[in-house]
Amino acid sequence: MTPYLAIVGARFRMLLQYRAAALAGLGTQVFFGLVLIMVYEAFYRSARVVPPIAFGQIVSYVWLGQALFAMLPWNTDREWRSMVRSGAIVYELCRPVDLYGFAFARELARRTAPTLLRAAPMVVVATLVLPAIGLPEWRLVAPQPAAAIGFAASFACTLLLACTIGVLVNITVIWTLSGAGITTLLTTAVTLFSGMLIPLPLFPDWAQRALAWSPFAGLVDLPFRIYTGHIAGADVALALARQLGWTLVLVAFGRWLLGRGLRRVVVQGG
Amino acid sequence: MNAWRLYRRYAAASMRGQLQYRASIVMATFATLLQTGIEFIGVWALFDRFGQVAGWTLPEVALFYGMISVTWSLCDAIGRGFDAFDGMVRGGDFDRLLLRPRSTVLQLLGHEFTLRRAGRLLQGAVVLGYAITAAGIAWTVPRVLLLVAAIASGVCVFLGLLVLQATSAFWTTEALEVWNVFTYGGVTMSQYPLAIYRPWLRQLFTYVIPLACVCYLPGLAILDRIDPLGVPEVARWLAPAAGPVFLALCLCVWRIGVRHYQSTGS
Repeated sequence: MTPYLAIVGARFRMLLQYRAAALAGLGTQVFFGLVLIMVYEAFYRSARVVPPIAFGQIVSYVWLGQALFAMLPWNTDREWRSMVRSGAIVYELCRPVDLYGFAFARELARRTAPTLLRAAPMVVVATLVLPAIGLPEWRLVAPQPAAAIGFAASFACTLLLACTIGVLVNITVIWTLSGAGITTLLTTAVTLFSGMLIPLPLFPDWAQRALAWSPFAGLVDLPFRIYTGHIAGADVALALARQLGWTLVLVAFGRWLLGRGLRRVVVQGG
Repeated sequence: MNAWRLYRRYAAASMRGQLQYRASIVMATFATLLQTGIEFIGVWALFDRFGQVAGWTLPEVALFYGMISVTWSLCDAIGRGFDAFDGMVRGGDFDRLLLRPRSTVLQLLGHEFTLRRAGRLLQGAVVLGYAITAAGIAWTVPRVLLLVAAIASGVCVFLGLLVLQATSAFWTTEALEVWNVFTYGGVTMSQYPLAIYRPWLRQLFTYVIPLACVCYLPGLAILDRIDPLGVPEVARWLAPAAGPVFLALCLCVWRIGVRHYQSTGS
């Protein structure tokens, strides 16, 4: 376990160097959040039938999305790509650690450090600053105690799931080398099916079943709806089971794929 | 050689350069088309769920969406030199531009004509085409001219914003992500009719950054709709004039910045 912790720690310290960039992004994200909320507000005011999720829940959903979007698996790891391209990846094989575990630890650090930096100030603004400037109905509401526990559990699963998807996509670079094509497909799928584009309950009813079973729902929609209380009671357990189920499936698939990829690795001398 | 001919040479050279990697350009265009295409799926899904927004239908909103999408992609294609200007200041490359006997603005415009932006242009054109046929617009020659003028004027506004963003690099040497609020934020905001927003946001994007003048107001005239905010008919037709004026003001600021410029010496 110690080598993995060391990897996470080192990557964390490296990413924490970019504090200024994270702060500069805050203003932009607050602005985007406000515009999104105004659009939803206009739609909710013109609703003729009761929408499947309340406006207050949408507001929290939007702010959580602005706070946590850096955690989603959007892209492949640049350093990993260059390691694959230059062949330096064979050095990693010499280390006395499991390569999949190594890749997972890297990904875990890459996802959590920037998210922590962005999420903390965003949550402060959304919960405390907005009511202070006269926009209390647009604030991020604190969850109920039961929902908070459910959210904490679900969010931990989200982190694992996001890293699993990230590692899987990084592994495909062994074949494609560039990673550009898979990044496009990944970004598209994550944006559309996770709830990042619009909250999943607002999609047409005929699409709901398929959306709920996709692995991407576990990245955004399930934890956020648990936070807002839209998913409650026994359904929380089902949501967690879906997240963990997909994580296990994708870890198994990733390990198998990495094994196949390593069989193709050719080490050139010199 | 006059300025226009020189610019055409710059653009042609830039395009020839990019076309050396033809497959890469095609892939990048397709990627942008896919990524911006799903954005409109979000708009469609909301209309499928709610039917309308404050009395506006999907084809009507598609007109605003298509106009701003086309406008931004055109500006993004020609304004790359200003967008990437902070790197030029940091690297000291701007010194070379100052040595040449041509205006810095012309040289920066000629820096790159970004072909990859075609994906977004295509997406905007498709949405605009849908709006043009489905929104029940009574097309007349003045309306067609207004649409073209609004898009041209909108390119001026966005270009002005990129010029301001570049100018700020004279002082900070680092591009500030804050400008994204006005460019990308402006695009996002303009995709829906201005009337649905709170007054402070409407005023910001009408009087400070005149994006409403190149999208919402002319869009109203094209749709022949009564404005919920009560803007008079004549103002809707004249609003696009704000674009060139805004660009001219931004270029004045740019000139102040250039005079202030101190090379990083690297």
